[in-house]
Amino acid sequence: MTSRYQVEDRAAHFWKELFKRWEVLLLGIFVMIFVFNSLHSDHFLDPYNLADSTFNFSEKALLALPMALLIICREIDLSVAAIMALSSMAMGLANQHGLSAYELAAIGIGTGVLCGLMNGVLVTKFRLPSIVVTIGTMSLFRGIASVVLGDQAFTNYPTEFGEWGQGYAWGIIPKEFIVFLVAIVVFSLLLHATTFGRRLFAIGNNPIASRFTGIRVEQHKLFLFVLMGAMAGLASVLLTARIGSTRPNMALGWELEAITMVILGGVSIAGGIGTMLGVVIAIFTMGMVTYGMSLDNIPGIIMTILVGFLLLVTITVPAVLRLGTVRKE
Amino acid sequence: MTNFIHQRKRELILALLIALLIGLIGVRAPIFLTLKSMDNLVTDMSILLMLALAQMLVIVTRGIDLSIASTLALTGMMVALLNHHHPDIPVLVLLGISIVLGAALGLINGVLIGVFRLPPIVVTLGTMSVYRGLTFVFSGGAWVSSNDLSKSFIEFPLSRFGGVTALVWLALLSLIVAAWVVKYTRFGRELFAIGNHPSAARLVGIRIPARLIGVYTLSGMMAGLCGYLWVARYAVAFTEIAYGFELNVIAACVIGGVSIAGGAGTVVGVVLGSLFLGVINNALPIIQVSPFWQSAITGTVILVAVLVNARGDKRGGKQILPLHFRSASAKG
Repeated sequence: MTSRYQVEDRAAHFWKELFKRWEVLLLGIFVMIFVFNSLHSDHFLDPYNLADSTFNFSEKALLALPMALLIICREIDLSVAAIMALSSMAMGLANQHGLSAYELAAIGIGTGVLCGLMNGVLVTKFRLPSIVVTIGTMSLFRGIASVVLGDQAFTNYPTEFGEWGQGYAWGIIPKEFIVFLVAIVVFSLLLHATTFGRRLFAIGNNPIASRFTGIRVEQHKLFLFVLMGAMAGLASVLLTARIGSTRPNMALGWELEAITMVILGGVSIAGGIGTMLGVVIAIFTMGMVTYGMSLDNIPGIIMTILVGFLLLVTITVPAVLRLGTVRKE
Repeated sequence: MTNFIHQRKRELILALLIALLIGLIGVRAPIFLTLKSMDNLVTDMSILLMLALAQMLVIVTRGIDLSIASTLALTGMMVALLNHHHPDIPVLVLLGISIVLGAALGLINGVLIGVFRLPPIVVTLGTMSVYRGLTFVFSGGAWVSSNDLSKSFIEFPLSRFGGVTALVWLALLSLIVAAWVVKYTRFGRELFAIGNHPSAARLVGIRIPARLIGVYTLSGMMAGLCGYLWVARYAVAFTEIAYGFELNVIAACVIGGVSIAGGAGTVVGVVLGSLFLGVINNALPIIQVSPFWQSAITGTVILVAVLVNARGDKRGGKQILPLHFRSASAKG
């Protein structure tokens, strides 16, 4: 079986090893935070509190999961929070015509799909950089929402609709959280157990080579933008249902939080690297930090410092190690 | 002449569009064309222009600086607090402090990006959160309002020298410096080289880490200066000042034809991009269009601008042979 032309398997790369272990490291941080919080506050381990704490990250998490797929593909979507505002506005308008809760949800998700389609077409058909396109559509979508809403707010959503955002299953677990759990399963399978998922990694590693191996790179990206839009629509349905009103500034800045979750989860912004497990642990870690701090009445903005700092440390530590190896070469 | 027109086609089209826009607004509301209104317009767009010029130099290296609005808020808050507690420090010293402080904040970005080779978007996303959060920590969430600030502190940006506000003078100065840096300095030329082809730039001996540190420090410096100007001009400092302004700045660059892929951008383009946004922001209230339209219009303009500016060479891996299975798959 030995041949002159045999290509040896490359020795396991230090970096891949580290990224494989990234989830382990992250899990360690999560456990530390969890233990610290439960020792620090008596109310932390209360099952009802713990279940309720999922409200503060379930909707953002729905943005982070598809965002991970996009970033693995070397694309990004900064317009997601604006899509949420726009689809919430669409639901508010529809609600004035007395549609049922299911119809409202369909309109919300449908609006998201259309927005995602617009992003996707601009990026794939016109070959524009996604960061610029989505900065533009971000202004546009939120702009339309604020033109329609002005300084008003849409309220009076049907009770059944509100139940999706505020309700509990079996009396304790928020329905939102169940939606999030289902989404985790779907996205994990999609990325790690299907050909589609493998292709996303290939595209992220080398789009041109992927194209030559016959992967329809543009269609995949288009699909991801539409999926991202749909999930933003879904997140908007839940958020609107939970707070029971639509305002033009809703979910402001969530796109950056979702991206932070993804990068904290070990997905490389350069594309081609990342796991759903990492992203999910990052989501829970950030969720538990927020929950622990809210028990202490620490304002949310302190949390942003911590998250920003965590993000910087996350990427700097491997880079410092890498600097050592590069010098050696 | 034809060569000039050809080279500057994008800028000329944009300039014509702006002239047309100003003309149309002037027809609807002649007051817009008065000297006083124009004076307002240029004063209003000064800060945007200054930040956009620095951002252009960053984007040209294939980078991006999302932290400028937070740097602006943090330095603005610091000098406002300094002025509140020590009203006797002269304004020019505060101006210097804001520049140094901004430079220090930018240096952090520069080291992380240049030395550790981290992706600029992630680094500045992180520092953006940290700096904004620190603004809150230092102010304790409180506002510093015009009563807490000294008169000379507030008056400087709008004080007039030769009939034009200090803000406009500073913007003009930045413009001249930026044009000089881009065209005549080694630093400026090397930034373009880095953006055009990083590995080639390295091979010809450009010290990329040093250049990146320089450009992010410069960006922070400008943001710091604008921090003082912003707080003094609006006579108030609070945690959320200039929230999201980094996107307006990037928008001004993109509209002006600065390529996000690096290596391409002109000072004239950035001026026109800022002017475009400035005209829209200033004209809406004058022609009695609800200011709620501002964001939607800005978004549309950005999209149109990138479509127009799209460089046709983005297509990777062009297919040169026809696919044999196409007819079969179309049926199936």
